[in-house]
Amino acid sequence: MTTLDLAVKPASHADERVDLFGELRTVGMVWERELIRFARTRTRILSSFIQPILFLFVLGYGMSNLVGTTGGFDFKKFVFPGIVAMSVVMTAMFSAISIVWDREFGFLREMVVAPVSRTALVIGKTLGGASIATIQGTIMLALAPLIGVHLTVLVVMAVIGLELLMAVGMTTFGVFIASRIQKMEGFQVVMQLLLFPMLFLSGALFPLKGLPTWLDVITRINPLTYAVDPLRHVVFAVQHMPPAAAARFSTGVSLFGYTLPLFAEIGFVFLFAVFFLGLAVKGFGRPE
Amino acid sequence: MTPEALNRDWHDRVIPDDSVEFVDRARHGTQAVAPSQPATAEPSLDGSSPRSEAGAVGGGIAGTATYKPARLRAETGDETGLAVTATGLSKRYGGVEAVKDVSFSVGRGEVFAFLGPNGAGKTTTIKMLCTLARPTGGRATVDGFDVERQPKAVRRHIGLVFQDQTLDDQLTAEENLRFHAVLYHVPHEEVGERIDRVLRLVALDHRRKDLVSTFSGGMARRLEIARGMLHTPAVLFLDEPTIGLDPQTRALMWEDVLRLRREEGVTIFLTTHYMDEAEYADRIAIIDYGSIVALDTPGELKRLVGADTVELTTADDDRAATRLSDAGFRVSRGEEAVVVFTNDGEAQVARIIEIAGVPVSNVHVHRPTLDDVFLHFTGRQIREDHAERAMPMRMRAMARRR
Repeated sequence: MTTLDLAVKPASHADERVDLFGELRTVGMVWERELIRFARTRTRILSSFIQPILFLFVLGYGMSNLVGTTGGFDFKKFVFPGIVAMSVVMTAMFSAISIVWDREFGFLREMVVAPVSRTALVIGKTLGGASIATIQGTIMLALAPLIGVHLTVLVVMAVIGLELLMAVGMTTFGVFIASRIQKMEGFQVVMQLLLFPMLFLSGALFPLKGLPTWLDVITRINPLTYAVDPLRHVVFAVQHMPPAAAARFSTGVSLFGYTLPLFAEIGFVFLFAVFFLGLAVKGFGRPE
Repeated sequence: MTPEALNRDWHDRVIPDDSVEFVDRARHGTQAVAPSQPATAEPSLDGSSPRSEAGAVGGGIAGTATYKPARLRAETGDETGLAVTATGLSKRYGGVEAVKDVSFSVGRGEVFAFLGPNGAGKTTTIKMLCTLARPTGGRATVDGFDVERQPKAVRRHIGLVFQDQTLDDQLTAEENLRFHAVLYHVPHEEVGERIDRVLRLVALDHRRKDLVSTFSGGMARRLEIARGMLHTPAVLFLDEPTIGLDPQTRALMWEDVLRLRREEGVTIFLTTHYMDEAEYADRIAIIDYGSIVALDTPGELKRLVGADTVELTTADDDRAATRLSDAGFRVSRGEEAVVVFTNDGEAQVARIIEIAGVPVSNVHVHRPTLDDVFLHFTGRQIREDHAERAMPMRMRAMARRR
C-alpha cells in the first residue's frame, strides 16, 4: 500500500491557509440570506411590530394616568426609549431562532460542511439578526412625534449606533442559546424564561428606583440594564425636562454609589457581545 | 439513448474490459484511463438525450465544447489517478463497529456504488470520507487529501448530497446556489457562469427565480445535485440520492448524474440499497455488517455468481436447500425461494428439481441479477422498503409547507 501513501499531499498545502477574503464573503452572504428571509416573511415583520406598539400604548397610556405628569413630562415619554430597546432586544434574540429552523430543515448542515470557519458563519448570522433588529428599532422611532418625544438627526444617529450594539449583544446571546438547543420548543421556552425577566428588570419599562435590595442586585447584574440606559440617556438629552421630571426619571446606573459613565456602560455591553460571540462560535455546529 | 446505454457507452470507451484490474494497475503507477478532459465526450450524445429539448432552451448543453472548467480543478491534479482511497478504514461508536477495516480505491471519473441494506455502514463510510466523522482506524484520502489531516481541503474538493434535503426553501434556486458558491470560494466572476451551467445540467434553468418551497421532491433533489457540482468538485458524494423519489424522477436524476460525469469528468461515489440503481455504477462494493464482502463491476459480480440462477418455490425450502447443497450445488435461501447458482440452468433444471425431492410449485431460470449477487455474498436479500422510507420524507415535506 505504499503507493497509496504517496497520494497524500503535504499538510502544508496552500488549501489549509485561512482565506480572509473568502471568510468575509461568507459573512456577507450569510448576512444577506438573513435579510432576504426577513423581507420574505411579512407575518414576521408585522408581528414583531405589534408587541412593542401594544406595550407602548397600553402600558404608556395606562401608566401615564396612574403616574401623572411631572412638569409636562409623562410616563409615555419615559417609557418610549425603553420600548424602542425592547423591540430591538426581542427581534435580536428571536432572530437566532433561524439557527434552530436551519437545524430542523437541514440547512445548517449545508453551512457547517462548507470549507469556511464557524466564526465567519456565526458573525454573518449575528450581523444579519442585528441588522434586522436595528431596522425594527429605528422604524419604532417614527412613533416619537405621536408621544411628543423630540428627536434630532444627531440623536437618531446615536440611537441607531446604540441599537446596533445592543442588537449584536443580544443576537450573539440568542445564537449561543440556539446553538446548544436542538428543539424548537426548547428554544422558545428558554427564550420566554430569559427574555421577559431581563426586559422587566432592565429599566426599560419602569425606573430602577426604590426597589428592594435583592431586586436591585439583579438589575445591576442584568446586562440589558447597561444597554437600555445609554439609549434613554441620549434621547432624554434633547427633551425639555423640568428639574422635577429629571429627578424622577433620572438616567444613569450607579454601582456602589458611583454613577457609571456612559462609555463604561457601552464597554460593558460590548464585552458581553464578544463573550457570547466566542461561546456561540464554540457551540455552533459541532461535528458528530 | 437511455441513460443506461449512455453509461455503457462511456464505460466501454473509458473503463477497459479488464476493469477488474482497474485499481491494481492504478496502484502500480499505470495511469488509469479516466476522462481527464470531459469536453471530449461525443457531442452527438447530447443531442439524443431525451431531455435535451428542455436544456436547449438556454443555449443548451451544446455550449459544453467551449466551456472551460473552473480553475479549482486544475489545482487538484493528483498524480495517482485515484479519486478516493481507503485503507483499513474503521469506525467504532462506543462498542459498535459500524465500519470494519474497509479498503478500496476509486478511479477518477468512475461511478462507484456502495450497495448494502440500511445500517450496513454505508453512510458512516461516506461521513468519514467527507470529514464529517473521524475514523477510529485506518486512513482515507479524497482527491489526494488526507481526510483526517486536511479536512478543509477535502471539503473544498468534494460535492455532497445528503439523504435529507439541505436546501433553504425560503430562497430561490438561484439564491441557494449563490450561497453555496460563496461558501465554497467560487471566484466572484465565475459564480454567474457556474450557476447557469449547473442549472442547465439538471434542466432547472427555467425555475431559477422560483422559491425552492414550490419545487417537487425530485426537483429539489436535482437542485441539490446541481449545487453539489457548483464548485467543480473532484468527487461528488451522493448518499442514497433517490430515496423517496418515484421511478421516473429517479431515472431523470440518473440522467443528470451521468451527464455530469460525462461533461465535468467528476467522480461519483454513491450509496444505495436499490439494486437497479447500482446497475448504473462502473463498480459496486457490496457492504454488509460494516465490511466489504465483494467489489467488482456489475457484470463481473454476476459472472462470479454463475451463468444462470434457478429459483425454486417448494413445499419445504429448507429440505430442498440442504439436499441440493449436499449434491454439490451452490445454494442460497431466499426469502420465499431456494436459489441455485449454476452454469447451465436450462440443462440442469430437471436434475435440480429431482434432487430437491420435495414438491416444486414454481421454477424460474434467469440470468443473475444484482439481487442474486447480493444474496450470494451475504446470504440475505435486501428488502425493498420504499414505502417505509418514503414516508418520513413526505411528512417532512408537509411540515415544510407550513
